[in-house]
Amino acid sequence: MRTRDMARYAAGGLRGHGLRTGFSLAGVAIGVASVILLTALGEGARLYVTGEFASLGTNLLITIPGKTETFGGAPMVSTAPNDLTVDDADALARRVPQVRQVAPVAMGGARIRRGERARDVTIFGTTHPLREMRKLEMGTGRYIPAGTRDAPVCVLGAKIARELFVNDNPLGETVRLGEFRFRVIGVLAPRGTSVGFDLDEVVHLPVETALRLFNRTSLFRVLMEVRNPHDMDAAKDAALAVLTERHGVEDVTLITQDAVLASFDQIFRALTLALAGIAAVSLAVAGIGIMNVMLVSVSERTPEVGLLKAVGAHSAQIVLLFLSEAALISTAGGLLGLGVGWGASRLLQAFVPDLPASPPAWAVLAALGVSISVGVLFGALPARRAAALDPVNALMRRRG
Amino acid sequence: MNRQAMIQLENIARTFEVGDRPVHALREVNLSIASGEYVSIMGPSGSGKSTLLNILGCLDRPDAGSYRLDGRETAALSETELSKVRRHSIGFVFQFFHLVPRLTAAENIELPLVFAGVDPPERRERVARALDEVTLTERSDHRPDQLSGGERQRVAIARAVVMKPALLLADEPTGNLDTTVGGEIVALLERMNADGLTLVVVTHDPEIGERARRCVRLQDGRVVTDEGG
Repeated sequence: MRTRDMARYAAGGLRGHGLRTGFSLAGVAIGVASVILLTALGEGARLYVTGEFASLGTNLLITIPGKTETFGGAPMVSTAPNDLTVDDADALARRVPQVRQVAPVAMGGARIRRGERARDVTIFGTTHPLREMRKLEMGTGRYIPAGTRDAPVCVLGAKIARELFVNDNPLGETVRLGEFRFRVIGVLAPRGTSVGFDLDEVVHLPVETALRLFNRTSLFRVLMEVRNPHDMDAAKDAALAVLTERHGVEDVTLITQDAVLASFDQIFRALTLALAGIAAVSLAVAGIGIMNVMLVSVSERTPEVGLLKAVGAHSAQIVLLFLSEAALISTAGGLLGLGVGWGASRLLQAFVPDLPASPPAWAVLAALGVSISVGVLFGALPARRAAALDPVNALMRRRG
Repeated sequence: MNRQAMIQLENIARTFEVGDRPVHALREVNLSIASGEYVSIMGPSGSGKSTLLNILGCLDRPDAGSYRLDGRETAALSETELSKVRRHSIGFVFQFFHLVPRLTAAENIELPLVFAGVDPPERRERVARALDEVTLTERSDHRPDQLSGGERQRVAIARAVVMKPALLLADEPTGNLDTTVGGEIVALLERMNADGLTLVVVTHDPEIGERARRCVRLQDGRVVTDEGG
């Protein structure tokens, strides 16, 4: 028997009971669509989070005051540290050869005022290299100039500039932070939230000025940019040696951006896989639906099976016919589910543009593959039952 | 009689289990049918005539005895070989037509050709010829529910002969038709017999049965009379 004839006959068999076929097809479609959509969500979350970290700048080596356990999750301070100071940052810049540039970061809060407008803001006290290291774009004006550590100037986040100045040009204007007056020299381009900070709501000051404002000497972080990613470990060891020598004890923690990135990547891949597994359960249920429909179909079409045997159809041909019907249901359902899942993930992207929710290729292929094999697998029992029918009984005249 | 025996039955027995009681549908049936013969098999309900027809058509196997078709012992044939015999050598006509309801007349007739893997152009040609033979060419696109009983049976006959079998088996072919239409169907079958097709008709209608040149009567699974031939 020719393949095309087989497919045509099987399709005709399905059209004979369209509603039933439609429902079991929908079952497969829902299963495939949920695999596609859930993996798209998982993948979207992974890309979002890793993208966020990547946006902090790669090749970054971050110094955190305090000794932390190196296993486990977020760094937890476990011993009372010495202060991490601007002098420490300078020493790192001088003495760690793999490092291209260093940015100390002091962090605190203050109230910013311009005329009667005021609000609380987060303040980063830092130096010129931070802009490049954290890939901050300027909206207007300029960032903290190279070499400037103590000056009454500030760079505003986009949202703060908008709130304080509305439509006025903030450049050259004066704002008050606590007791001090600052001249606005630049406004950052809108950036949005990055790893918990809304960068649009931060005010950047020269590092010494900020420390004086906070009445503090200790830094929040020291960021180092390593020239070559291969030197990351060497840079880390060298930086640790420098700081341990300066502090007398090992009381800082160095983390690399890559390590954080890699562990988030792993977590989200596992999450996506788990979501796919859960969705795949619905495919198994859909398979049982197909089996049910095919069993009903075989028993309804018993005389037809008997006739096919009488006209010389071989048992293997009958198995193939019914298997083709099951495979047609699951393939059509799979393709429909693919379309629905893809459409839904596009819709999701349209409403939540930050989440790059698109299904990974492996999930698409696996969902289609599983749905087709589910059809064949669950179609096997009804098909064998049809082939095993005794033609004499199958053709038995109807009473009446 | 010098004609070669197409069908040679020797001591055929067929027993069914009904509940825990054995029912002897056929016992010690001996029958020889030559190529080109026209035989009717008659008998009351339960006399075993349908069972005999199913065995002749290789849809059922006897429990004992020997059935040689064209000199070949059928008991020795595998399932695959039997399906080939049904496909190429035997045509079936049933009381209830057994047309596939979703297929048109032409598609129903085409079925045996499809399962035999015949090329589409040749299929069309042979279906057209079979439709012409049963004078249904204009109704070829109609589905069974758009055809009358007589037309349905003519489609079934066309399907039975489209593979050019040597043997046509008809199980109560007029049982579901009125007398006039039934007569037309029998006349059609007889015309095919006149063209050389071996025809075996099972019926309980004496009027139909007695038209055959040879009439075999069954009772309780045994051949009681075998007249004519």
